[in-house]
Amino acid sequence: MTTTTSGSLTGKDLHLAFGSNRVLRGIDLHVESGTTASVIGPSGSGKSTLLRVLNRLIEPDRGDVLLDGRSVLKDNPDELRRRIGMVFQQFNLFPHKTVLENVALALRKLRKMPADEAEESALAQLDLVGLKHKAQVRPGNLSGGQQQRVAIARALAMGPEVMFFDEATSALDPELVKGVLALMADLAAAGMTMVVVTHEMGFSRNVSDTVTFMDGGVVVESGPPAAIFDDPRTPRLHSFLSDVL
Amino acid sequence: MDTLEQLGNTFFDWQAMVAILPELLTVGLPNTIILALASGIIGTIVGMVLAIMGISRNRALRWTARVYTDIFRGLPAVVIILLIGLGLGPVLRQLTGSTSPYPLGILALSLIASAYIGEIFRSGIQSVEKGQLEASRALGFSYRSSMQLVVVPQGVRRVLPALVNQFIALIKESSLIYFIGLVASERELFRVGNDAASNTGNLSPLIAAGVFYLFLTIPLTHLVNFIDTRLRVGRKQQIEPKDDAMEPVEEGARA
Repeated sequence: MTTTTSGSLTGKDLHLAFGSNRVLRGIDLHVESGTTASVIGPSGSGKSTLLRVLNRLIEPDRGDVLLDGRSVLKDNPDELRRRIGMVFQQFNLFPHKTVLENVALALRKLRKMPADEAEESALAQLDLVGLKHKAQVRPGNLSGGQQQRVAIARALAMGPEVMFFDEATSALDPELVKGVLALMADLAAAGMTMVVVTHEMGFSRNVSDTVTFMDGGVVVESGPPAAIFDDPRTPRLHSFLSDVL
Repeated sequence: MDTLEQLGNTFFDWQAMVAILPELLTVGLPNTIILALASGIIGTIVGMVLAIMGISRNRALRWTARVYTDIFRGLPAVVIILLIGLGLGPVLRQLTGSTSPYPLGILALSLIASAYIGEIFRSGIQSVEKGQLEASRALGFSYRSSMQLVVVPQGVRRVLPALVNQFIALIKESSLIYFIGLVASERELFRVGNDAASNTGNLSPLIAAGVFYLFLTIPLTHLVNFIDTRLRVGRKQQIEPKDDAMEPVEEGARA
């Protein structure tokens, strides 16, 4: 996989509240260019919301987001999101379009590619995730694992500088998880900058460069995988790890 | 036996039916189709606008759609047809010189249809999972493009059966246009049948008109069922086996 221009990503002192519910309470996160940061933590800790604030699907109340060192909060959010690919827990493929159309849609409409060029490019992406032969099929006829690989191809087709994965394997049957994780590991190895919200502790430990543990809307601990998993310093991380491992 | 014969003559006087057939075919049928089709098309377009307004983030737009829908869905069709048909007649005459209430009939039917169709579209659009809009926005599409390319097409697909039902209702409601008084050449199926029935004192022409309605509505009813089944079980297609497990991902997925 050729990832030409992956960038670094920084979230600074990010705050977000829904009414009286303070979901993010001053989050700092830095992901070096070409590295993978995994974000772990209990349900409701604000991990998924953090991703949505970083690509401005939700605007933060306070704080800053920097892509390659430059603040992007004043940019057009639609253009920002074209630079950040996102993969969802529920795949969210467009069910009324074929696999090929799912991948080619943004290329045609946003990159303004001619139809044949967009199709060619989409087929190349599908080939990379091993699903070129399913190009003409509707997503509903694919397994969960295949759908998630198509979703990854759809995000990669836009040539993003950063990739977000929001519990990308949580909705998959156990036997399908491996294929998707392998694909994500390949991406990481190819030098893509990635933020991976995950419950897959094995992936977090083996693939990511840094691990961030969130709880209650704050970063409780963060560091290299070895430090987080083998030497947790806070009781909260300690009890979380003993619950999930 | 007399009673049966009498009923037979009242409802199934073949000669009376055959006599009215040409008029039903050349006058009534085309007019019913024009009324239903025109108001169906206008109602669909206006209904879509109302649905988009109804889910808009702009409060004023939402309220306008709400009030419109409540009024035109809440009133009996015949009341709207009379008010529009008779009330706006002079205005139309001043504007165009036409004394025909026919366009006003189409307008009244369109107003009613758009209120119902607007609600049908709105419920369909709102039934599309939030993740669809989110995924589209995450790719970099604007709210507007996301609605246009991703959300609305899915919403409309889901409510196609309800939409066809609304067209069936329109075909039947077009008969109410007779209230506003149409010249002979503008009469729709019901009016043609009803006039003949009044003239002869025999209801058979009305039965004949009824058969024409059924010719129009029954195929549509079956179309609804067909679409409904198709939407539920999908096109006949082999469900792909879960081949992730067997298929070596590495081959294709290598970086």
